[in-house]
Amino acid sequence: MPVILATDLIVFLVTGGAIFMAYRSTRGNGAVLREIKQNRLAAVSLVFLCLYLGTALMDSLRWRDVAVDENGAALITEDGGAVYESEALSLLDRALSGLRTGTEKSYSAPFASRLFVKESMELPDGRVTRGYPPLRYPGTHILGTDKVGSDVLYTAIKGIRTGIVIGTGTTLIIIPFAIFFGVIAGFFGGFIDDIIQYVYTTLSSIPGVLLIVAFMLLFGGKGFQGGLVSESDVFLSVFVPNDRLFWLCLILGITSWTDLCRLIRGEAMKLRELEYVNAARAFGVPGSGIIWRHIVPNLMHIVLITVVLQFSGLVLAEAVLSYIGIGVGPEMGSWGNMINTARLELSREPVVWWNLFASFLFMFGLVLPANIFGDAVRDALDPKLRYR
Amino acid sequence: MLSYIIRRLMYAVPIIIGVNVLTALLFFRVNTPDDMARKILGEKFVTPAAVENWKKDHGYDLPAFINTDEHGAGIVTQTIFFQKSAPLLWFDFGRSDRNNIDIGREIRGRMWASLAIGLPTFIFAIIINLFLAMILAYLRGTLLDTWGLFICVIMMSISILFYIIGGQFFLGKALRLLPISGYDTGLHSIKFLILPVIVALIGSTGAGVRFYRTVFLEETGRDYIRTARAKGLGESRVLFKHALKNAMIPVLTNVVVSIPFLFYGSLIMESFFSIPGLGSFTIDAIQAQDFAIVRSMVYLGSILYIIGLILTDISYTLVDPRVVFD
Repeated sequence: MPVILATDLIVFLVTGGAIFMAYRSTRGNGAVLREIKQNRLAAVSLVFLCLYLGTALMDSLRWRDVAVDENGAALITEDGGAVYESEALSLLDRALSGLRTGTEKSYSAPFASRLFVKESMELPDGRVTRGYPPLRYPGTHILGTDKVGSDVLYTAIKGIRTGIVIGTGTTLIIIPFAIFFGVIAGFFGGFIDDIIQYVYTTLSSIPGVLLIVAFMLLFGGKGFQGGLVSESDVFLSVFVPNDRLFWLCLILGITSWTDLCRLIRGEAMKLRELEYVNAARAFGVPGSGIIWRHIVPNLMHIVLITVVLQFSGLVLAEAVLSYIGIGVGPEMGSWGNMINTARLELSREPVVWWNLFASFLFMFGLVLPANIFGDAVRDALDPKLRYR
Repeated sequence: MLSYIIRRLMYAVPIIIGVNVLTALLFFRVNTPDDMARKILGEKFVTPAAVENWKKDHGYDLPAFINTDEHGAGIVTQTIFFQKSAPLLWFDFGRSDRNNIDIGREIRGRMWASLAIGLPTFIFAIIINLFLAMILAYLRGTLLDTWGLFICVIMMSISILFYIIGGQFFLGKALRLLPISGYDTGLHSIKFLILPVIVALIGSTGAGVRFYRTVFLEETGRDYIRTARAKGLGESRVLFKHALKNAMIPVLTNVVVSIPFLFYGSLIMESFFSIPGLGSFTIDAIQAQDFAIVRSMVYLGSILYIIGLILTDISYTLVDPRVVFD
C-alpha cells in the first residue's frame, strides 16, 4: 500500500522540474548547459546534486507491507480487508536493509570488529570480565555505529531526503506567491504596490529565526502517529500533512519569500516600461495577457537564480534549527540531529568522532556542489551579476 | 535632516503596529491562552479550574481582541491584545509566563553580554573581510584569486555548527588554550570571549570576502578608475586609495542595518558558549515554552530591524553627498 507524504510530493515535483529543465536546456539556446559544460567544477557538482536528488527520490517512494503473523500468513481484518504494517519503508530502506537492520549494541568505530565501549563478558570457562565484546556484524559499518548501535552511514543517508526537501520544498512553496504578488505590485503599482510592500516589509522586519521558532512551537507539535492502519487512510497523509518537515518548509518559506518578492517587483517595474510591453499595450493586449506573455517569462531567470542560491542556505539553516530543537523531530533522520548528538560525543574519552564526521561529509557533499552549481547558473543567466 | 528622520520614523509606525498585530494573532489567536496554560501547567491532568486560575494570574482571562461586555473604550482596552501588546509600543514588556520575572529588566541586564560578543565580531569581521577582499581584488584573474574564491566557497559550505564544535574541540579541549564556554563579569570575561569571536569571524569570512570582492570589482570597472589608471597611477594606489573610498559606500550601507542587532545576540553562539546574553535568554524561553518572552523578543527584533533600516537610509545620505534628504 503506497504512502505519500506532502513532503514526498515536493521531492516528486523537484525531480520532475529538474528533468524538465534538463530537457529544456538541451533544446533552446542552452545558455546554462553551455556554461556548465565549460565549467568542469559545475559539471561535477551537477552530478553530485543528481546523486543526492536520486537518493531523496528513492527515499520518498514508500509503501506499507502487509502485516504478517509469526507464521508468515497475512493478517486480515474481520471483514476480510488487509492489515498493513504501521511503518512505511521506502525504496531506499529496502535497498539498504542490511545497514538498517544490522544494528549493534552501542558505539563502534568505523570498520571495527569490536564494540567501542567495555561491557561485562562471559568467558568460555564461565568467568566474567570487562572487555570489548565482538560485534554482530564486524567490519560492515563503514562509518561506525552510534549510541544505540544503528549504522551511522545509514543515518547520514537518511538525512539526504530531509536536506533536499528543506532546500527545495521551501522555495517551491513560495515561488507562486512571490511571483504573483511581486508581479502585480510591480506591474500595477499604486495602491496595490503600497499594500504588498507594507505586507512584506512587516513580515521581513520580524526576525526570521524567532518567527520560525514561534511558528514551530505552535504548529510543529503534531508528530507522526503510528499504529496499524486500514486501507481507507492511504492518501490521507497527503492532504493532512502531519510531519514537522512540511511545517518547517512552510514557515521557512514565509520568512524567505519577501526577498524574492522584492526582487520580482523591482524587475517587473523595469519590464513594465520596456518598448515591447508598450507595443503590446498599444495593440490592446489586456494586462493579464501582458503579464503572462511578456513579464513572467522575462523574470523567470531571477526565480531560478534565487532558488539555486537559496538552496544551500536552507540546508544549513535546517541543521541550526534542529540544534535549537525546533527542526524536524528526532524520529526523522537529519544532519542537524546528528550534529546535535555528536556534540556531546566529542566530550567523551576517547572521542567518538564518526557521527560528526559523517554528518559533516554528507552535508558538505550537498552544500558545496549546490554553491558551485548556483554560481554557475547565475553566471549563465545573469551576466551582469557575474563575479569578474 | 531632522525632518527627514522624523518622516522616516513616521513611516515605521504602521510597520510596528503591523508587527504587533501579527505577533498577537500568532500568540493569542492561533495559540490561545488555554493552550498556553495547559502547556505550562503540564499537558495532562490539568483541571479547567487550574487553567482559569493561571489565566487570571497572568492576565489572560480577557477576550482576545474585542470585549463585548464593556462599554466605550473598554471594548478595545479590556482585551488581551490591548493589555499585552499595546504596552510593547512603549517598551513595557511585562512579566514572563513561567517564572514571573520582569522581562524588561532582564533584557536591559543581559544585552551587555550580547554586545560584548557582537561588537568585536562586527568590527573585526569588517576589517578582516575587507582586507582579504582587497587582496583578492588586487590579484584578480591570477591563480591565487581563483583559489582564494574557491576556499571562500568551501568556507561558506560548512555549517556554523561545525566551526563552533571544531573550535571548542581544538582550541578548548585539545590544546587547552581557551575556556570552552562560560562567562565572567568585567575584564575577566575577555578570556571567555576570544573563542566565540574567533569562531564567528571564521564563520563569516567566506561569504563576507566574496561579497566585498564583488563590490570592489564593481567599483574598479567604473570610469574614474580608468581615468586614474590612464594618468599613470599604480594599481595598488588606484585600488587602495580611489576604489576603497567609494567601495565603502555599499559596504557601510550593508553593515549598518545589523548594528542595532549587536545588542540582540546570536541564538546559537550564546547557547553553545553559555554567554548570558539575549540570545541564550531567547533559547531558554523557547525550550521552556515561555511565550511572553518569545513574543517580547520577536517584537524587540522587529524594532531593531526597523531602526537598522532607518540608520541605513541616514548613512546613505551621510556617505554619498549625491543622495539628498528627500
